[in-house]
Amino acid sequence: MPGPIQSIERAAAILRLLARGSGKLGVGEIAESLELAKATAHGILRTLQGVGFVEQDRDTGKYQLGAALLHLGTSYLDVNELRSRAINWADALAARSGEAVRIGSPLDGRVLVVHHVFRPDDSLQTLDVGALLPLHATALGKVLLAYDTTLVAALRGTDIAAYTRRTLSSLTAIKRALAGVREAGWASELGEMTPGEAGIAAPIRGHGGIVVGALGISGAVERLMDSHGSPKATLLGHVRDAARAVSRDLGASRW
Amino acid sequence: MTHRYVMSVDQGTTSTRCILFDARGRLVSVVQREHQQHFPRPGWVEHDAAEIWRNLARLMPEALTQAGASAEQVVGLGIANQRETTVLWDRRTGAPIGRAVVWQDTRTDRVVEQLAREPGAKRVRELCGLPLATYFSAPKIRWMLDQTPGLQERAERGEVLFGTTESWLIWNLTGGLHITDVTNASRTMLMNLRTLSWDDELLEFFDIPRAMLPEIRSSTEVYGTTTTVVPGIRIAAALGDQQAALFGQTCFAPGEAKCTYGTGSFLLLNTGHTPVLSAHGMLTTVGFKIGDEPAVYALEGSIAVTGSLVQWFRDSLELIGTAPEIETLARTVRDNGGCYIVPAFSGLFAPHWHSEARGVIAGLTSYITKGHLARAVLEATGWQTREVVDAMNADSGLALSTLKVDGGMTANNLLMQIIADVLDVPVVRPMVAETVSLGAAYAAGLSVGYWPDLEGLRRNWHRAGQWLPTMPPPRRAAEYANWRQAVELTFGWMRPTEAARPTGTDIVDVILDDHRRIENLLRELRNDDADRAVVLLELTGQVEAHVAATERILHSPTDIDSDDLENAVLQHIREEESTLLNELRRTLSPSDRTALGRAFTAERGKHLSAQRSP
Repeated sequence: MPGPIQSIERAAAILRLLARGSGKLGVGEIAESLELAKATAHGILRTLQGVGFVEQDRDTGKYQLGAALLHLGTSYLDVNELRSRAINWADALAARSGEAVRIGSPLDGRVLVVHHVFRPDDSLQTLDVGALLPLHATALGKVLLAYDTTLVAALRGTDIAAYTRRTLSSLTAIKRALAGVREAGWASELGEMTPGEAGIAAPIRGHGGIVVGALGISGAVERLMDSHGSPKATLLGHVRDAARAVSRDLGASRW
Repeated sequence: MTHRYVMSVDQGTTSTRCILFDARGRLVSVVQREHQQHFPRPGWVEHDAAEIWRNLARLMPEALTQAGASAEQVVGLGIANQRETTVLWDRRTGAPIGRAVVWQDTRTDRVVEQLAREPGAKRVRELCGLPLATYFSAPKIRWMLDQTPGLQERAERGEVLFGTTESWLIWNLTGGLHITDVTNASRTMLMNLRTLSWDDELLEFFDIPRAMLPEIRSSTEVYGTTTTVVPGIRIAAALGDQQAALFGQTCFAPGEAKCTYGTGSFLLLNTGHTPVLSAHGMLTTVGFKIGDEPAVYALEGSIAVTGSLVQWFRDSLELIGTAPEIETLARTVRDNGGCYIVPAFSGLFAPHWHSEARGVIAGLTSYITKGHLARAVLEATGWQTREVVDAMNADSGLALSTLKVDGGMTANNLLMQIIADVLDVPVVRPMVAETVSLGAAYAAGLSVGYWPDLEGLRRNWHRAGQWLPTMPPPRRAAEYANWRQAVELTFGWMRPTEAARPTGTDIVDVILDDHRRIENLLRELRNDDADRAVVLLELTGQVEAHVAATERILHSPTDIDSDDLENAVLQHIREEESTLLNELRRTLSPSDRTALGRAFTAERGKHLSAQRSP
């Protein structure tokens, strides 16, 4: 096990420093107080500013604690906010793929359908918003499970329902599939919830890369999957692009 | 293969956005910048036109960069814009004269009140399809010209130009092309709805010089080519934002309607090639005009406060952090708990047109939580839509069968369900929610032959979501009755200002002020909570001074029967305003009227002070 990481220790010291007294300090004052080179202090401050933990006053150039830090304990992404931010990209995905689009977020051990765009063929369809889907039997759910260990832990000891003979119904099988999802960066579903129905989903990430939801398309197996049962490459590309676009809008810079 | 795109600019009330669309009408890139809202006084709303232009100059290259496209790949540019917002600028320097006066601004209420009493006011609506209201450009231009000495003369010489924001942006993009499209012109109150040209009678009525007005062109035609920012792009279409949304929702046939839910909301119904004049306070407006084809008209009902009510809930009450959170909060309760919010922030518009109304929160009890308030905020948008739909159905003789919706608020599922419930018709959201931008793009693409015809555009339109009514009819009726009761509570809140006019005011205005003051006292007399003895004393004093001054200064014998004071006074006001005042306007010069006004005020003052001294 390596020792403590010096720059993180220094960043913590800067935050502690800003948290006391008047709370507004210039980069020189911070460097002096912590006996750091000014360039070092500046580099750390810029990084902290990038994640929203400190803010710089535009007029005086002094630094103070940022709003993101103050809301650290209470921050979550409102599902209606998520829909509002994703709606244009979800529409574009439905238009490109020709399939129905859903956005899911976890609720009480299920997938809450937060947004639903009809398949653009003007056939009769009803809005699924508010519906709850099983985590382990849907592409949306598998994406959510893959990046949230508490959700997986909650599966333990529950009765894992087998909806079809293709449903992953043991914790071992699910965990193996989730490792694959993390490696690939997307999940699929092949008749695991309803025979003949398939799905492809990718993660939506918020600030700092935390997964806040899943976005995916669903439709008939023969439209979504190739002859080997893998997602068609163009459709998969559209899904991943859309999820990345929403993530960028939500402030996830690297994805 | 090189992709070709249509560029669309939506110059809206709070922001400007630039979007590239591909051949199937799909979004390729979106960039947006907000501009500052200036509120220098209550009721005033201003924009800095220079800031809006600077924003666009940054957005156009950004949109191309985001799509990895070059200017040569853009087949045409379509502009949709906030309507009525009035920009004046200097023809020589290109600099705006003062800030732009925004459509929501109510500073012209007195101007409008005065204009409404002029002979010829009745003709206005017939000619331009719009009622006299603070909304539209002509009163705003009038106000701006009155504000700065010498500006009227400069406008007459063509040194000062008027435009709504699309004119302003096209002027800047082309280095001096001064045009507007027919839909924007139909919102100025200066264009004749049938001839589609500036109307001499209207220009005379508002005393607005023709030399300052842009040339009126079709909604879709190539006006010119950009010479700056991103040079070489054909500007191929312009539409007012709501007309652009009508176009983007492909409401090309009579009877098709859409409602755009944004800061304010706008319901437009296509009525075909003939303008339908409304008996319910709806506006008659040009929907679009494609090249040389005849214009298509629309009925419009506008709701001033919908999204801005959510913003108020967020920014002024601070009950939510972001606008979408209102849905989360509203879903914490099952119903409105008996609470209703009527957001008549600056009066009520269609179909009521009560500019003196102000908002209420009705039905407050200790049971009400912020969840109920959130629900009441969303329901206010629903019921206001219902009132407009009812009025339009009556005017057009049609019954709306489906409402196509768009705008930012369509992301709010609860709101969409509420609208379906209160209207009792399906509510449908199209695949591209940005229909204002899409409409401008469709118009520009049609104009340059990127899309062949309207049917081609229709094939691009797809349903993305649909909400069906689920509210039981008795509940709908009961809720509507409650809403209407709450609306009635807002009427008559504002009273004309009591402040005396400066001496040297026109006799006609002096007398009208006197009449309004007396009418207010009559209204106060009917108020159960008022001290009637005091009010009555003041009323008789005012009437006595008014009658005395009228007889002494205007030599007009006036007899008011004190046994039936109320009816006698009202009859006097009606008669004097329809005969004597018009005669004064017709026969006397402005300076004579000012002299009489001064004498009348002095005489009246003398009687009032005599009453006060024992």
